[in-house]
Amino acid sequence: MYKAFLIKYAEIAIKGKNRYIFEDALVQQIKYQLRNVEGTFQVVKEMGRIFVYPQGEYDYEEAVEALKRVFGIYGICPAVVLEDQGFEQLAKDVADYVKKVYGEKNLTFKVNTRRNKKSYPMQSMEVSSELGGVILDACPNMKVDVHHPQVTVNVEIRNKIYLYSENIPGPGGMPLGTNGSAMLLLSGGIDSPVAGYMIAKRGVTIDAVYFHAPPYTSERAKQKVIDLAKLVSRYAGPIRLHIVNFTDIQLYIYDKCPHEELTIIMRRYMMKIAEAFARQDNCMALVTGESIGQVASQTIHSLAATNEVCTMPVFRPLIGFDKQEIVDVALKIQTYETSILPYEDCCTIFVAKHPVTKPNIQVIRKSEERLQDKIEDMVKEAIETAETVICEAE
Amino acid sequence: MEVYLDNSATTRCYEEVKDIVVRTMMEDYGNPSAMHLKGVQAENYVKEAAKEIAKTLKVRDKEIYFTSGGTESDNWALIGTAMANQRKGKHIITTVFEHAAVSAPIDWLEEQGFEITRIPVDEEGNLSLENLSEAVREDTILVSAMYVNNELGAVLPVEEMGRIIKEKNPDTLFHVDAIQAYGKYRIFPKKMKIDLLSVSSHKIHGPKGVGFLYIGDKVKIQPLILGGGQQNGMRSGTDNVPGIAGMGEAARIIYEHLEENTAHMRRLKEYFAEELKKIEGVEINGPRPSKGAPHILNASFLGVRSEVLLHSLEDKGIYVSAGSACSSHKRTGSASLGAIGLSPQRKESAIRFSFSEFTGKEELDYTLEALRELLPMLRRYARK
Repeated sequence: MYKAFLIKYAEIAIKGKNRYIFEDALVQQIKYQLRNVEGTFQVVKEMGRIFVYPQGEYDYEEAVEALKRVFGIYGICPAVVLEDQGFEQLAKDVADYVKKVYGEKNLTFKVNTRRNKKSYPMQSMEVSSELGGVILDACPNMKVDVHHPQVTVNVEIRNKIYLYSENIPGPGGMPLGTNGSAMLLLSGGIDSPVAGYMIAKRGVTIDAVYFHAPPYTSERAKQKVIDLAKLVSRYAGPIRLHIVNFTDIQLYIYDKCPHEELTIIMRRYMMKIAEAFARQDNCMALVTGESIGQVASQTIHSLAATNEVCTMPVFRPLIGFDKQEIVDVALKIQTYETSILPYEDCCTIFVAKHPVTKPNIQVIRKSEERLQDKIEDMVKEAIETAETVICEAE
Repeated sequence: MEVYLDNSATTRCYEEVKDIVVRTMMEDYGNPSAMHLKGVQAENYVKEAAKEIAKTLKVRDKEIYFTSGGTESDNWALIGTAMANQRKGKHIITTVFEHAAVSAPIDWLEEQGFEITRIPVDEEGNLSLENLSEAVREDTILVSAMYVNNELGAVLPVEEMGRIIKEKNPDTLFHVDAIQAYGKYRIFPKKMKIDLLSVSSHKIHGPKGVGFLYIGDKVKIQPLILGGGQQNGMRSGTDNVPGIAGMGEAARIIYEHLEENTAHMRRLKEYFAEELKKIEGVEINGPRPSKGAPHILNASFLGVRSEVLLHSLEDKGIYVSAGSACSSHKRTGSASLGAIGLSPQRKESAIRFSFSEFTGKEELDYTLEALRELLPMLRRYARK
């Protein structure tokens, strides 16, 4: 039935002279997301709108699901496209459409007409009120409410006539590729995939780094992180994932530094390594899934201590989120089930029973001096020997 | 070097098994229920397999029912007999250290209103026959016990158990989960008073996804899988001809040289246990190596979590199984290790080594060498 999707975007519309950049990126992302959907689609910008035109047969559900993953889209309106065959035919088609979509439901509605084709013999208001009458006749359970209608039947008269009334919410945000890229510290947990999603939603392309600690973490733990990256890439596009073997560094810290500081020091080196990859990949920022106070390494003191080693900005989109709020997003983007698979990650294997919660930066720096013999070489080696996997949604 | 010491999880197929599987997939691929020649040819494989298997157990081939594997066999034996005999009584006896394929359906039956008695075992996995004898009552419809425990290699005295059960109540059915025992022991259900016996194919160098349940001809049991009425209506579904033919072949081969092969495994196991004992902080779990099953040895490497040791060994091409699955947050000890009362330290560090006829001494020496090298390093980095 639907021969077009009208794509609504809010934030881009206010972008002034750069607007075309955002629109072009949006068109490109829509094409990318539709690439695996059954059917072929034409995506066009016309008159300040983006339209998706399925060419012939296509899978409606799949197409909508794909569009719901395109950042920058606020609403998806499946539209019926009609030839202009006179008002009588239009009235009949509108009545059929409303009957088919809303049937016997008790709803309030109004008709909203836009007439781009000024040669159309009737005025917009006239079309709206006439069609309102037609709908009332066809669906006796529906009532008119021009102020707060439950359903707005939109009729756009152009070379063809577009009829739409549903608005399926999109993810919002900004089209990918319009805001540079950032390096995500991805673990196997619930938070970091969500953090990656949130930053990607603002139009930022994501690369990621994962710290692997064999034999303390298993091959399955690594596979789990790759799977998570693939799930995030359903929204964020292909993710370049760097898998760093962190075991030696971790054991070295374990040997040399006070045990309760292990996690903080470890995380400081993780940030340093992530920053090195960020530079390599031309990223402008780091992204973590930290949220204040969630665990010992995420107290405000600990965050300050980890942050101190970076010169790049560190984005922490979940910083003010409660766990449940994070879980809700994880469920929505379908990373939750993978995140909770019980494989140990490298942050938990040597964790002290009572790690410091208020690390003093001076003390931490002092402890790190004990690492100076080998640590730089080890960091360099970890970066050089990292394995890089491109994770793309299947 | 690749050293596969996880033969209780699964085994490599015999070459002959592979051949017959391929043949039944590519040439004689008919549906054994079909009326035409192609069907008859396929049916012959199934008949042949039943005959081979029946021979190893000294039972009639009509008493062999093919299933999708050990788990289905266990489920069917328990639920099928419980349902069919519940008017006689609702009491079932089992042990505390059964595999989940038995314990989970038992728990389900308990929820359905059956009364369950779970007989304890001692730290070597011994079960007291007196306890068993006391537990059997007039309304006991079924006793289900494993022949060889999959984690510890403990062997239950199945023959004595059968005798005791039938002395106390001749109507009580006796189900034996022989998944780790078939192909290691000569099992004769008629002599041992076993009414139902579960077996899985991939533990005896056959294909995965197939197994059988021996059901003595006088046993009252209800089918669980209904449909086209295959296997006398007792287990519907098109016969898994490649699987069944492969399993039949595996059963034939494994019983050809049984004594020779099990003696070989036992020698290896005892040697391996002796050498392990020389390493500091190693404890053998379950029965004494000379007493348990020939192919399973469970040991704890104190101070090293099983998962870590497993992955370190994997790094050297050695594949073993962790005695208990655990994560940093939740420690879910394995049923068997808990049942014999192992300390948490021993449970967390338990590794199961399981051998097959293909295992060689040089592989064990390589493993011992790896352990001697890895353990001091891994112990140094224990969680504080």
